[in-house]
Amino acid sequence: MVRETTTEVHHHKETFLTRYIFSMDHKVIAIQYLITALAMGFIGLFLSWLMRIQLGWSGRQFPFLSRLFPGGVEEGIIKPEFYLAMVTMHGTIMIFFFITAALVGGFGNFLIPLQIGARDMAFPFLNMLSYWVFLASCIVLVVSFFVTGGPAAAGWTAYPPLSGVAEAIPGSGLGQTLWLLSLALFIASSLFGSLNYITTTLNLRTKGLSMGRLPLTVWALFITAILGLLSFPVLLAAAIMLLFDRHLGTSFFLPRLFIAGHQAGGEGGNPILWQHLFWFLGHPEVYIAILPAMGITSEVLATCCRKPIFGYKAMVLSLLAIAFLSFIVWGHHMFVSGMNPLLGTAFMTTTLLIAVPSAVKTFNWLATIWGGNIKFTAAALFAIGFVSVFTTGGLTGIFLGNPPVDIQLHDTYFVVAHFHFVMGTAAVFGIFAGIYHWFPKMFGRMMNEPLAKAHFWLTFIGVYLIFFPMHYLGISGVPRRFYDFANYDFIPPSVSGVNIFISIAALIVGAAQILFLVNFVWSLWKGPKAEKNPWKATTLEWQAESPPPHGNWGPQLPTVYRWAYDYSRPDATEDFVPQTVPVVGAPAGTDGGKH
Amino acid sequence: MVKKQKGSIHAGLFLLVTILIVLAAVVITAGRFWWLPPLASEHGAWTDRLFVVTLLITGIVFVLVQIALAYFVFRHRDDPERRAAYFHDNKPLEITWTLVPAVIMTLLIVSGGRLWSRIHQSPPEGAYEVEVWGEQFKWALRYPGKDGQFGRTDIRLINDTNPLGIDTKDPASKDDIFFPAGEGELHLPVGEPVVVRLRSKDVLHSFYVPAFRVKQDAVPGMVIKTWFVPTKEGEFELVCAELCGLGHYQMRGIVIVEPMEKVQEWLSQQQTVMDVIP
Repeated sequence: MVRETTTEVHHHKETFLTRYIFSMDHKVIAIQYLITALAMGFIGLFLSWLMRIQLGWSGRQFPFLSRLFPGGVEEGIIKPEFYLAMVTMHGTIMIFFFITAALVGGFGNFLIPLQIGARDMAFPFLNMLSYWVFLASCIVLVVSFFVTGGPAAAGWTAYPPLSGVAEAIPGSGLGQTLWLLSLALFIASSLFGSLNYITTTLNLRTKGLSMGRLPLTVWALFITAILGLLSFPVLLAAAIMLLFDRHLGTSFFLPRLFIAGHQAGGEGGNPILWQHLFWFLGHPEVYIAILPAMGITSEVLATCCRKPIFGYKAMVLSLLAIAFLSFIVWGHHMFVSGMNPLLGTAFMTTTLLIAVPSAVKTFNWLATIWGGNIKFTAAALFAIGFVSVFTTGGLTGIFLGNPPVDIQLHDTYFVVAHFHFVMGTAAVFGIFAGIYHWFPKMFGRMMNEPLAKAHFWLTFIGVYLIFFPMHYLGISGVPRRFYDFANYDFIPPSVSGVNIFISIAALIVGAAQILFLVNFVWSLWKGPKAEKNPWKATTLEWQAESPPPHGNWGPQLPTVYRWAYDYSRPDATEDFVPQTVPVVGAPAGTDGGKH
Repeated sequence: MVKKQKGSIHAGLFLLVTILIVLAAVVITAGRFWWLPPLASEHGAWTDRLFVVTLLITGIVFVLVQIALAYFVFRHRDDPERRAAYFHDNKPLEITWTLVPAVIMTLLIVSGGRLWSRIHQSPPEGAYEVEVWGEQFKWALRYPGKDGQFGRTDIRLINDTNPLGIDTKDPASKDDIFFPAGEGELHLPVGEPVVVRLRSKDVLHSFYVPAFRVKQDAVPGMVIKTWFVPTKEGEFELVCAELCGLGHYQMRGIVIVEPMEKVQEWLSQQQTVMDVIP
C-alpha cells in the first residue's frame, strides 16, 4: 500500500521541551530509547562484575564493596541474597531493558520510518507514550534496588513460589512486587511500539516500496513487532496473576505450602502454570532480541561487502519460519519441570527444527561475504562477529533442545554459555554494529573508527574467553545460580581456576566497554561532520540529511525503483545504486523488482 | 601479500583469532580436560552417547563454519582494484543447505525422541520406591516401610514432630520411615530399578545426581516420579538444580548405593512413623 504525501510538515515552532524531551519525532524517540537502554545496559554490566567478583574470589574480602553496598556486602563479602539479586537483575535488565529496548525501541523507531520513506510513525503520540512508559518501567526497576529486602532475587524467570511468597527469599518482598510492576509497564510500552511498527510498515511505505523490496532490517523489525504483540500480553496476564497471588490472596500459582516455619500459599494453584505462561513469552522474547540483530547484520554485511545480500527471499522466509516456530518451542525450557514427558517430545521436534532456518541464515551470510570486497568498518567487524558468536551459540542449542541430553545440561553453566552466545552477545553485537553504522545518520557526526575497532577486538576476543569455558563447566555438571561451589566433590577442583580466569576476562571486557562510551559521547560533540551517505549504502535513510530533519524528507517523499541491495551491479558505474535511482526504461515503481 | 590491501590487519587478525579459538575448542574438548562426571546409572550410558554424537556433529559444523567465515573474510578483504561479484541467488545451493541440516535434525529428533520415551517408560512393577522432599535448603526422605505403601500426607498436619505432615490415621503410614530434612541418607539398591517420588514443601527444587544423569524438579503440590537404575556402589552427591533461595548452593544430599540386602538390613533398623510420632 502506498500513501501519497506531498504535504509540507510541521511549520509550528518547537520548544526545547517538545523537540528533545516530549518529542513525537520517531528519531528523537529512538535516541531516547537507545540512550536509556545503554544506561540500563551499563547497570547490567556492572552487576555482572559483582557476580564475577563473587564467583572468582568467593570468600575473599573486598572492603570497598562494603562501603559501596552496606546492605548487600558484609565485611567485604557479598551476601548470598545480594548475589541472587544481582543474578536476577542482571538477566532482567540485559534482556528486556537493554537488548530489547535498544534493538526494538531504538533501531525499530529510527529505521522503520526512514527505511520505508515515511515522515514518521503512524501514531506519533502513541510512540512518545511508549517511550515514557518504558522510562517509568526503568525507574520502577531501579528504585527496587533501594527497598527493604533488596530487589527481586528469584531469577529473571521469577518462578513461583519463590517469587510468590514474601518469606521465601528476602527479595520476594517489595522488590519482587516492583519487579512485576516494572515488567507490566515495560510490556505496555512494548505493545504501544509493536502496534505502531506493524501499522507503519504496512501502511506508510513510500511509492514503489513493495514488501518484496524492504530492507531486511525492516522485515526483521516488522516480524519482531508481530512476535511482541502476540506473546507479551501473555506475560502481562501472568504478571498480574502473580501480583494477585502475592497481594490479594488468590492462588493461581501457589498450592498449599509450608515456608519458613508456617503455612503459606493457597489451594489448588500450580507453579508450573507460571512456567508455561512465562516461557510463552520468554521464548519468543529470545527471538525478539535476536531477529532485529539479524536484520542489522544482513544490512551491514551487504553494505560492507559491497554485495547484494545472498538469498533475500530465503532470508525473509527464514525470519518468518523462526518467528512462527518460536511460538511453539517454549516447553524446551521445561523438559525436567514435571511437565508431561510426551510434551517434551513435541517441543523437542519444533525446537530442533529451528536449527534449519537458522542454518539457512548463517549460510546466506557466508555466501554474502563470498566474492565481496569487504570494507572493514567497525560496524562490519561487529556484523562478522555476530555471525561467529551466533553460530557458536546456535550449535549448543542442539544439545539443549534434545531432552535426553538436556537432562544433564539443564540449569548448568552450559546453558549460561549457550544463551550468552546465541542471544546475549549476538544481540549486543547487533546493537554495536547498528550504532557504529547509523550513528552518522542519527547525530550527523562520525564516530572514531580506530577506537571502535579496538572496542571490537577486545569485546570479540573477550566474549570467547568469558563464555566458551562455561561450556566445560556445564559439561562437568556445575549448576548455574550457585553462590559458591565449595563442598561439592563432583565439581573438579580446577573449576575454581576456570572461574578466576572467566572473572578476570569479564572485568577487562567490561572495562573495554568504556572505549565505546567515550567514543559515543566524544563523537556526539566532536566527531567529524557526517555526509549524507558515508558508507555508500543503497537504502532510503541514506538519501535523507544527516541527521534528517523533523519529517525526514523535503517537500516530496522519495520514490523507490529497486530493491535494497543493488551493490556492485555490473551495469552501473558506481558500486552501489540507491533505491531511489530509476531503472532505465521502466516507469516509476513498476520494475526493478527483478534484480 | 603482494598488493597492499586496506583492512588486511583486521582480516588477518580475524583469521588468526578464529583459528586460535577453534584450535583451543578442539584440543580442550577432545582432550576431555573437563568432561561429564563419572557415570553410575544405566540410562546415563545412553544419554551420554547421544551427547557425544551431538558433540561430534556440532563440533564438525562449528569447525567448518568458523573457519569458512574467517577464510571468506580474509580472502575477500578490501581491495581497491577489485570490484565485488554480483550474485544473489543460487537455487541448488540454497536447497542443499536447507535439506542437509533438515536431514541431520530429523535424525537427531528421531534418536532423541526414542531415547526420551525409553527413559520415560513406566518403571517395572515392584520397583524399589523412595520419596524425596525438597525443603529450603535440605532434603527430607521417606521410605514406604514393609507394606510398600506411602501413607497420606497433608501440609496442614506439619508440626515439629511430624515434619512431612504424615497422616498417622492412614494405616499405610504406620510403617513409613522418614528422615526430617538434612538427616539421613538416601539408600538405593545397586542394579535395581529405583523410583524416586519427588515432592516439595515450599518452593521449586530439582533432584540432581550428576553421576546418575538424573535431574527432575520437585514441585510443591505435586508428586513427580522419576526412575533409573544405579549401576555402581558407592556414595554420590545429590544437588539442588533449581534456584530455591538463599541457601540453594548448600542444598547437598548424600546418596548411598549398595546391594539390596544391605539396604533392606539398614531399613529394618530404622524407626517407623509409629515409633516416632505420638
